[in-house]
Amino acid sequence: MAIKVLHHGLATTVQDLGRPGYFHLGIPVGGAMDRLAMRAANLLVGNDEGAAGLEAVFMGPKLEFTEDALVAVTGADMPAKVDGVVQPGWTAFKVKAGQVLSFDFLKSGARIYIAVSGGIDVPVALGSRSTYPIGALGGYKGRPLAPGDELPVGAGSLASEGRALAEEYRRKPGTPAALRVLPGLYWDRLTDEAKDNFFADEWKVAPEADRMGYRFRGGRKLSFVERKQPFGAGSDPSNIVDSCYPYGSIQVPGGTEPIILHRDAVSGGGYFMVGTVISADMDLIGQLQPHTPARFVKVTMEEALAARAERAGLLERLRASLN
Amino acid sequence: MSKLEIRSPLPGTFYRASSPDVPPFKADGDAVASGDTIGLIEVMKTFQEIPAGIDGKAITFLVDNEEPVMAGQVIAEVEQ
Repeated sequence: MAIKVLHHGLATTVQDLGRPGYFHLGIPVGGAMDRLAMRAANLLVGNDEGAAGLEAVFMGPKLEFTEDALVAVTGADMPAKVDGVVQPGWTAFKVKAGQVLSFDFLKSGARIYIAVSGGIDVPVALGSRSTYPIGALGGYKGRPLAPGDELPVGAGSLASEGRALAEEYRRKPGTPAALRVLPGLYWDRLTDEAKDNFFADEWKVAPEADRMGYRFRGGRKLSFVERKQPFGAGSDPSNIVDSCYPYGSIQVPGGTEPIILHRDAVSGGGYFMVGTVISADMDLIGQLQPHTPARFVKVTMEEALAARAERAGLLERLRASLN
Repeated sequence: MSKLEIRSPLPGTFYRASSPDVPPFKADGDAVASGDTIGLIEVMKTFQEIPAGIDGKAITFLVDNEEPVMAGQVIAEVEQ
């Protein structure tokens, strides 16, 4: 069983839930930007949650199936079509040998997840099939898909077509998108005015936003508290002595454009971080289109932990609903 | 005489020319062939060429240079 890539869309990559454990060596966690959507797609076609599927951003690929398969598309609202016939999202549907899976224009959200019964069976690299293109690691030959590629698919189980995920699990960003942030280690670098402005201003997703970092612009420039330049730090007030960058941390080089580090981020560097987006909201970022308005919402550690527990509960209910 | 629409396949920033100091790919009123590039969309640090996708006698742009566009938004109309 194989899938032939007729068109690759914009940037379509093989992804699973990532490769945690190597970030201290500079290998990012990788994996789906919207992990809940990836998990749901896999469960709908009878796969393990951690099976590899495809992540396509803004534009869907065109894929020809060489054998019958069960497929589910989750995440963004981008209608899937089988030989031109529209299929429902968040629902398992059949694709027969010789049929072509293609996609309509993106309607909302940013990334779709395509799961195929049996999973995309590329070799495992450092514990994951996720593609890290900058490091030419994992996925299909370490790169995004290209026309002519043939993706190997594993043996699938016999899940039934028509299974759908209830509406309540299909989370979408609000307008503006609200991203909850726990202020971090370098919070005291900002003036009181900048601390207020960061949370008060409306920001917009910049077109440069990608799997490494989600950049925002449109808010007021942040001002810094005067200091003596520390030994080893750059001269800009936003520079620090090199430090580890957590997944979800927000750096603001020069105080102008916040960048949230995401799945393919670098693991360290010399920019201060205002804080970290809480884990419960990281999936949401993967569904933000360029120019989408967004606000940062200040939370406490207690609120962040409560949100994480709530998210874990939602995932448990989602699993139970598909059993 | 009918009009067909050219839609943006991507969200991003629309550009009428390949750089600020060269003329636009197409001016309003120009004829277009299916394979002609009519503009660029900048997204994720890359520029994607947007082909006309249809043949026609005269193109009219509905989106300005450097304007944000959403996926599926009509960027130009073409008279057949």
